[in-house]
Amino acid sequence: MLSRVADRVFWMSRQMERAENMARILGVTSNVLLFGTKETREQNLLAPLSITESEEAFFERHKQLTSRTLIEFLALDESNPSSIYSCLKWARENAHAARWQITSEMWETLNTTWIEMRAIKRDRVTGAGATEFFDWVKDRSHLFRGVTYGTIMRGETFNFSRLGTFLERADNTARILDVKYHILLPSVEDVGGALDYYQWAALLRSVSSFETYRALYRDQIFPIKVAQMLILERRMPRSLAACFEQVTQALDRIKGQSDHTVKRLANEINVRLTHADIEEIFQGGLHEYLTVCLEDISELGSRIQRSYLGTV
Amino acid sequence: MSDAQFNEMYLPDGTVREHYAPLAEWIATMSPERVAEKRREADMLFHRVGITFAVYGDEQGAERLIPFDTIPRVIPRAEWDMLERGLKQRVNALNRFLHDIYHGQEILKAGVVPAEQVLANEAYQVAMIGLDLPHQVYSHVAGIDLVRDGDGGYVVLEDNLRTPSGVSYMLENRRMMMRLFPELFARQSVLPIEHYPALLLDTLRSISPRAPREPTVVVLTPGPHNSAYFEHAFLAQQMGVELVEGADLFVRDGHLYMRATAGRQRVDVVYRRLDDAYLDPLAFRPDSLLGVPGLLSVCRAGNVALSNAMGTGVADDKSTYPYVPDMIRFYLGEEPILANVPTWQCRRPEDLALVLERLPELVVKEVQGSGGYGMLIGPAAKKKEIEQFRARLTANPANYIAQPTLSLSSCPTFVEGGIGARHIDLRPFVLSGRDVKMVPGGLTRVALAEGSLVVNSSQGGGTKDTWVVD
Repeated sequence: MLSRVADRVFWMSRQMERAENMARILGVTSNVLLFGTKETREQNLLAPLSITESEEAFFERHKQLTSRTLIEFLALDESNPSSIYSCLKWARENAHAARWQITSEMWETLNTTWIEMRAIKRDRVTGAGATEFFDWVKDRSHLFRGVTYGTIMRGETFNFSRLGTFLERADNTARILDVKYHILLPSVEDVGGALDYYQWAALLRSVSSFETYRALYRDQIFPIKVAQMLILERRMPRSLAACFEQVTQALDRIKGQSDHTVKRLANEINVRLTHADIEEIFQGGLHEYLTVCLEDISELGSRIQRSYLGTV
Repeated sequence: MSDAQFNEMYLPDGTVREHYAPLAEWIATMSPERVAEKRREADMLFHRVGITFAVYGDEQGAERLIPFDTIPRVIPRAEWDMLERGLKQRVNALNRFLHDIYHGQEILKAGVVPAEQVLANEAYQVAMIGLDLPHQVYSHVAGIDLVRDGDGGYVVLEDNLRTPSGVSYMLENRRMMMRLFPELFARQSVLPIEHYPALLLDTLRSISPRAPREPTVVVLTPGPHNSAYFEHAFLAQQMGVELVEGADLFVRDGHLYMRATAGRQRVDVVYRRLDDAYLDPLAFRPDSLLGVPGLLSVCRAGNVALSNAMGTGVADDKSTYPYVPDMIRFYLGEEPILANVPTWQCRRPEDLALVLERLPELVVKEVQGSGGYGMLIGPAAKKKEIEQFRARLTANPANYIAQPTLSLSSCPTFVEGGIGARHIDLRPFVLSGRDVKMVPGGLTRVALAEGSLVVNSSQGGGTKDTWVVD
């Protein structure tokens, strides 16, 4: 497969996944704003900016942080490269450049998404129609992934698409958990106690795992179990472990030259997640653990770029 | 040539021509609501599939649909058989001509075509002199533009031997018609064209320099911002080959390779949709980022085949066009089956005088122009435009040719407020490799403005499905 095209396919999938995750984060934020104290309100508004590391960029454009300006910036801002708008735009651009390698159904899905995105009424998204919009983004992402899985030949295009999807999802799950945990559980002593039920339920819902939690633990929501599920639970499709299972599988199938550093790092991360123990993770500090995870994911991304996608 | 217009569907007495009869019955059953509904459906499908066309110099319409008309143009089988023979004959002669001018130059020695006409031509590629190509073929994909004069006779308007486009619209138009109006295909036996990509791939493989193995063929595109990018992508996908940009290719040790995730891979045949001047920055335009440095040397060493070959432009130049009938006689010893449009060459003083005198009634074209840019249509032009053009023409006569304004045949077309007759042309595609092949049909372009004679998609023309019926 051509390196340039693999790069397009990889990023097409990452951007679509990123749009979905952004919609999840914002959807939950709108939801948790409905309750809680003034202080937690502010923290909750700030969280999406911390997760996407875009506080500075936000305050360059907006004086006040409100739910309207937040959505304006993270969902609709054309000049913000991580906004849903930009992600859908670039996913479609990348698909356009690779459209002969992807199936017509994949192209049509992304093209239609982009056409609809452009026709969306901005006032509604920042107001009463926010939830509807976030649901739409999630639906389009589900559709794209489903169409991809259901139509494309099992070859390098498929492999690079999967690689992009799950690397991006791992990155997101780690970020959401890191930031939210910090807000919900400032002091480590509270681990194990039952906390604000609604806030925790919202966190779980942002990664579509509220029902999964119930099914797995049949219990109250305990922070340590939430972490266990989002980091180590392979049966939970948005957990780090599940993502890395997919990442290593995709890499195993990819044929490359001098790509052993990529495959080695991915396998290392995967093995670490397989044998980790949640109690030990907490002893070393969850934030420290997730920081290492995020650094590894970023390093893996660079190595993928160099080994397969670069122009050298 | 008479002034009257040839109507594709109706005889002068108003009765429907036999090969259009099933279609006419069908049109009669179509209510305006159903027509409008089907048009919307077609528009939506084209948009969704992304069959768009970028227009140069138009920021707003950076991606526009080519309007698609749902009334097909019909050609009876016997008429097509004649066209096919004529087109193959013409393209054969043009390929013989190209081989000749880069080798023995017999036709120049015989004085059939003036030597300075060829050798001083910008498109004449010195690098091609003496180079032997597989099957001695230069233009593997040729698009020949035909129109019908007042009596319905087909004449060749121009030859496109460089990188002719439009074949994807021919294929997509058929797919669209079958999807929108399956019942129509039950009424008549329409000859299939869907195997064009397979024929194209066969043709490209047949010119590979590396015989024993299955050759690696690629399509080379200038990139997504090119107006015909959809077509490049479409053909690559239909043939199941890689669509590459210049940056994907590199030259090492006298061979051409592409950069791939699994390492480098050797390339044997490049179906390039990039003009000669951009192919190799080392040999031609040094500022071109679209080409591949060193490509020319790999070609010269015979380690890669380019399709079309470099230097074909000298044969489809509008100043060469008047000599094509003589080429057919010279190389094949046959009479041309398809006629040319009478053409005055402004580089000749006697022709120029005549053209200047009759400017308001003529069509004047730039020798190197294409896509409907830089031409004058006398009868449709304002006085001021004619005078401005006269000044340009007088300043550089050798750059222009002139032809009588053709009436062009017309075909019923859905327009605002019903059905109207609109002017059409036809571009069939001729594939030449080990042998010469065609699919029965071509791209029919239609001038959507009433009375307009300009069918180019860059100038607001549309397209129709083209049916050869048995």
